[in-house]
Amino acid sequence: MSTKVGERVLPTGRARRPSASNQESQKKRGEQAGTRQQGKATPWLFLAPYLLLFGSFVILPAVLGVWISLHSWDYTLPNKPFVGLDNYVSLFSPGSTVFGPFWGSMRATGIFTVLSVPLLLIVPLAVALLMSKKFPGRDFLRAIYFAPYVLGVAVISVLWRYLLDNNIGLVNHYLGLLGLPDDTAWTTTTPAAWVALVGVTVWWTLGFNAVIYLAGLQDIPIELYEAARVDGAGPWMQFLNVTIPGLKPILSFITIITLLASANMFGQSYLMTQGGPGRETRTAIYQIADAGLRNFQMGSAAAMSYVLTVFLMAISALVFYVFREKQPKKLKKEVRS
Amino acid sequence: MKQNDFLGRRVFGVTALGAALMLVLAGCSAGGTGQAAGEPFTGEYTGPEVELSYWNGFTGGDGPFMEKMVSDFNAEHDNIKVVSNTMQWTDFYQRLPAAVTAGEGPDVGVMHLDQLATNAARNVIIPIDDLADDLGLTANDFTEEVWDAGVYKDARYGIPLDVHSLAMYYNTEHFAAAGIEEAPTDAASLQDALGKLKAAGYETPFWMPTRWPSHLMNLSLLWQNDGEPYGDDGATFDSAAGVKALEWQRSIVDDGYSPGDVAIDSQYVAFKNGETSITWDGIWQINDLSESGLPYAVAPIPAIGETDAVWANSHNFFLPRQANADKNKVNASKVFIAWMSEQSAEWAGSGMIPARQSVRDAGALDGLPQEAIAETIDSMRFLPPIPGIGGVQAETLEIAVADGVQGTTSPSEALKKAAGTATKLMDDNKASFGD
Repeated sequence: MSTKVGERVLPTGRARRPSASNQESQKKRGEQAGTRQQGKATPWLFLAPYLLLFGSFVILPAVLGVWISLHSWDYTLPNKPFVGLDNYVSLFSPGSTVFGPFWGSMRATGIFTVLSVPLLLIVPLAVALLMSKKFPGRDFLRAIYFAPYVLGVAVISVLWRYLLDNNIGLVNHYLGLLGLPDDTAWTTTTPAAWVALVGVTVWWTLGFNAVIYLAGLQDIPIELYEAARVDGAGPWMQFLNVTIPGLKPILSFITIITLLASANMFGQSYLMTQGGPGRETRTAIYQIADAGLRNFQMGSAAAMSYVLTVFLMAISALVFYVFREKQPKKLKKEVRS
Repeated sequence: MKQNDFLGRRVFGVTALGAALMLVLAGCSAGGTGQAAGEPFTGEYTGPEVELSYWNGFTGGDGPFMEKMVSDFNAEHDNIKVVSNTMQWTDFYQRLPAAVTAGEGPDVGVMHLDQLATNAARNVIIPIDDLADDLGLTANDFTEEVWDAGVYKDARYGIPLDVHSLAMYYNTEHFAAAGIEEAPTDAASLQDALGKLKAAGYETPFWMPTRWPSHLMNLSLLWQNDGEPYGDDGATFDSAAGVKALEWQRSIVDDGYSPGDVAIDSQYVAFKNGETSITWDGIWQINDLSESGLPYAVAPIPAIGETDAVWANSHNFFLPRQANADKNKVNASKVFIAWMSEQSAEWAGSGMIPARQSVRDAGALDGLPQEAIAETIDSMRFLPPIPGIGGVQAETLEIAVADGVQGTTSPSEALKKAAGTATKLMDDNKASFGD
């Protein structure tokens, strides 16, 4: 009985969890809750501004999106007939007008992600390791490596579109001067276009990942390196046994955000290759934007978004799983040994 | 915690600011509504002072001319103030339906002829037959095709300001060096000129674009081959005429007159830099080329097929749908359109061709580079007024032409596949537009 009262008084579910075997402590808790009760609305008030924004710009659109995806939704037309799962069905039926372009764009997104993520995990790490050393001009170089990241996607894309132009661009010109093939069509043929898109993206965003790595590196206690050195570990062994385990917590973070950023690639191919040749470099987001905003097929575009979302959620879950499984096991081992 | 608090306060501040802004905006729009119904349009506006929001996409060399015309109009009309909002055309066609649907559309605007039917079907723009009648505008003063293309389901939606077509630009220095005296006018003379240019050391005299304006070249050639891109039963750009057109485009690359895989805009940049001798582009580029100091001339595109034909488009004034239209604003907008139509001689300075015969006859084009193009106005072809055609074309013909010119797919195969998709999309459009 008293438990129930206590429960009702408690403002949050949190206090319910401990098993209330001790009457005394239960009472105490009840009193505590009593003092808190005055501020019952306080947490919600603190949360309110964010909840308002989160609710109206994330939750509401997400729910509305599901609703839209069940209609033939052209927002300029008065009637938006309910079509059930038709939008999803046509995404999965070969021969429909959306099947080819959509799965082509998913493939493009896949290719880009697979090519760019490993590079964006490894190259910034190398840069960060270099930048964590002490040498003259280090701060200047750090700024240089981070500089491209402050530019907008439009700036870097237009810049590189002209630099990489196969006929009038500087890149091919200098390749020719070096005696290398100077007729690669960087923006109009595949696979060269993928090399260009991935290369530009790595150049553009590596600074961001490098900064996070750098912060991670500075968190690794110097004593661990000293201890490793005392144990006779060379630089490579130090890297494997001190640096990598020390970076593990941020590694999962970097992997997830890089994966999602790569899977959401849009601006580079929109501006550098216009999705070409044909629509080979047209990514999923590109296709969704095109269907929904340019051709007003909001229903179909919403359905595409949800298919993409399911893919991204599955991949994110996989990454979380991979990183979560390993840590406790290792820790246990360490404890045991 | 401290940080959260700070963040929270900041968000509150922003929200409050946003709310205040919205109130201000609401106040503005509320002020305009609920006016007395205006009299029928008389060509003059005598009501209270109004401010008109005017949307257009003149971001290129045509922009300054439009700005000048707007400020001239404002100077002449004490009680009307036109505020123009200029954005890229691609953004324009995305934003306009959204803005109008949200009740935040402009009071008046300009759009392309081939977009009128689409926006009429979407209920974004309203019929303006009365304005055409009141202005005394009739088909007689316009080319038939331009005038008729502004009509959708028996109602007129646009008042044409100009027509603009594809044209052939050539480098006069290169032509002189190669000993070519006259601009090529047909397939044989173009071939001859290309041969001479090559012999004179201009290795790639005619760069064939893969993207814009490649599909406009394709449409022009298709019409020259007596084909039609769209029929009653769907897309027909894969007809023999269309295939022949794309094969000719590809042959320019195969014959070595153009490098392969030309990226977007680079044929134009190359022409501007004197790297190539001939390029086909819209006449709206005239000012840009004149300012660049390049020794160039412009001529109608040669007749590669049997018939003289060239792709063209037209800028049209329209009135957007407004839930509670302020009659004063509507009348003032009509005055604006009427004035602009009459002053379209000045607009010729932007490189465009005034749509009105009377303006052209009065010598608006005398001495302007596009004068020669204007003479071919009867051979100009426009896309038919089919709702949604722009989106369909961008997804099908444009990509097929790119594939065909790049040689990744054979012209007939690329066009056939794209036409099949286009027909399906057009059927879908018919269903959703209730046609």
